[in-house]
Amino acid sequence: MAERKRVSIPIRPAPGEDLPIEERAAVLDAVERHRGLAGALLPVLHAVQERLGWVPPKAVPLIAFEMNLTRAEVHGVITFYHYFRQHPPGRHVIHLCRAEACQAVGAAALEAHAKRALGIDFHGTSADGRYSLEPVYCLGNCATGPSMMIDGQLQSRVTSERFDELVRGGASGPVAAGAAGVAGMATGR
Amino acid sequence: MSASAGSGSTSASGSVSVVYVPREATAVSLGAEAVSRAIAGEAARRGERVQLVRTGSRGLFWLEPLVEVQGASGRIAYGPVQTGDVASLFEAGFLRGGAHRLRLGPPESIPYLARQQRLTCARLGVIDPLSLADYRAHEGYAGLAAAAAMPPAEIVKTVTDSGLRGRGGAAFPTGIKWKTVLDTPGEQKYIVCNADEGDSGTFSDRLLMEGDPFCLIEGMTIAGLAVGATRGYVYLRWEYPQAHETLTRAIALAHEAGLLGTDVMGTGRAFELEVRLGAGAYICGEETSLLESLEGRRGQIRYKPPLPAIKGLFGCPTVVNNVITFASVPIILTRGAAFYRDFGMGRSRGSLPIQLTGNIARGGLVERAFGVTLRELLYDYGGGTRSGRPIRAVQVGGPLGAYWPESKFDTPVDYEAFAQGGGMLGHGGIVVFDDTVDMAAQARYAMEFCAIESCGKCTPCRIGSTRGVEVIDRLVAGERRELQHSLLRDLCNTMLYGSLCALGGLIPYPVLSALDHFPEDFAKPAALAAAAGS
Repeated sequence: MAERKRVSIPIRPAPGEDLPIEERAAVLDAVERHRGLAGALLPVLHAVQERLGWVPPKAVPLIAFEMNLTRAEVHGVITFYHYFRQHPPGRHVIHLCRAEACQAVGAAALEAHAKRALGIDFHGTSADGRYSLEPVYCLGNCATGPSMMIDGQLQSRVTSERFDELVRGGASGPVAAGAAGVAGMATGR
Repeated sequence: MSASAGSGSTSASGSVSVVYVPREATAVSLGAEAVSRAIAGEAARRGERVQLVRTGSRGLFWLEPLVEVQGASGRIAYGPVQTGDVASLFEAGFLRGGAHRLRLGPPESIPYLARQQRLTCARLGVIDPLSLADYRAHEGYAGLAAAAAMPPAEIVKTVTDSGLRGRGGAAFPTGIKWKTVLDTPGEQKYIVCNADEGDSGTFSDRLLMEGDPFCLIEGMTIAGLAVGATRGYVYLRWEYPQAHETLTRAIALAHEAGLLGTDVMGTGRAFELEVRLGAGAYICGEETSLLESLEGRRGQIRYKPPLPAIKGLFGCPTVVNNVITFASVPIILTRGAAFYRDFGMGRSRGSLPIQLTGNIARGGLVERAFGVTLRELLYDYGGGTRSGRPIRAVQVGGPLGAYWPESKFDTPVDYEAFAQGGGMLGHGGIVVFDDTVDMAAQARYAMEFCAIESCGKCTPCRIGSTRGVEVIDRLVAGERRELQHSLLRDLCNTMLYGSLCALGGLIPYPVLSALDHFPEDFAKPAALAAAAGS
């Protein structure tokens, strides 16, 4: 009888092997905490972004492997939702409302001012790594616009002057931690 | 609405003053957090004993932060209070209702509030949102108690008889939806709350979740009993961190009190509730897209049929309703279908929490029975524009709603009347613009928004929105104007009739209404227009 020999063929490195320890831990922890949930991908991605400030593209294979999904499925979800970041955020994240109720009270002028003051466009991060600017389509603060959120803190009646104050204030950290909740995403990296 | 606080006994003794300060997001953005701290600090400095109760907001935003103190015969309101006012308020004896330039008298007699019919939003700003005792003292959980004693079909019949229609915008009769789910056999059924309040100019869902979360929980629990669902989800947008925190804590409290869990209120029936966060996709406010998202996928819409009521979340029969719809259910069960049905006009029964927003002097929440006119809302409540200039246009019903000129302001708030006028009531948001608005820019924005937020599933919406931006740009630039006009109308027609869901299907409303009612804005000198369009 011929002897059968088992040969193991290396297919690919284990998913997530090349991830920095911190990012790997964030993913594994997020998956672990939400494994029991039905349709857990969004809660997992939220947890990763809450901890890291973004969802590193290199983390996608590990998330997919752990959740028994394809990389395409995970990538597809991350890219579908505006909130999930594929680039690390600046130390402070500013969400500026572009929607109609804010337009009616000068959101377009504020938007132009913000871009000029920070020297970046929407989805950009300032060269010093301090600020990221994101558009948002309604913060539900429509009677007291223009509205913005800086580091998870909602702000009302934001004029250009008020914007400058808030941004300067933002540099010394969020004023109050009370309402930070899910949006406490500026602490990443 | 009764003005007695849950903690009335302490103030009666005269030694401890009860002070109410909202912790609702808009109030906080206007300084309520700092005011609350200042009051506590000033009280300590003066040796006054103050009990601070953090409430939701009554929704009178031009008066926020609105501070109320408990007096012997009711509350006295002061506002808008800034930290700099706190010392002088103490000086004026505001703890005992003393005179001050910010004194507004009893909040219930502020005309804006006195002339409302608060059914669904009755407790906003009144109770401590996280006090079950407070909630129960204000009729809370009476609806669930009534429902628990009824067979499911009778709960559904009560909701049907009340005339309640979906408050998210589509206005589908709630009872009929529930009956479909009740009558569809299934091992597992679900209750899903659409709290993805993405329409600009709306915040009533948020106010309710932050100011009266048990009302939503109670409404969803009643829905669970009515259709035989044991699990519910609240799909909440990430932009509402405060609502997320409040709702999550309220669910935990309801669990501890046996109002959620395996044995709801001693009925022996189970109902579990979970909050899930969205991630900034407007389309996820569309119910089938929301279900896809809840299942952990891209929020692309599904073909209908099958209806979610038959094949919804994870393929199971599912009730999907908006926050305000669920929150209107407890009072219907408590006071009966006839009570609710007696409010309203035509086929729009009950009341609608209307939101006055944008360029408005007195922005906020106005809950009125259907039938109030747009003009009353804009001028009697809203007081005209914040800028003091004339109102030129209003957009009702969110980014998919039509822009209306002054000639339509006598339209009553009624689903059918709005549809007849070529608009839609939607979620009850009204965005006000003054005469500086450029309606061509608004039309362009509508198309741009559609392009950004399209789920990409159907071609008219995915491609049409981008082509729409281009056509409007050429139209405004004066490039073969007549041709662009007919192109734009043709494109809108394709989107209107060829899109799979309301996003692509309704975006022609703001575009065409702007073109029809404000054609002069599309025919400006090219140089001016180019600057406005960018």
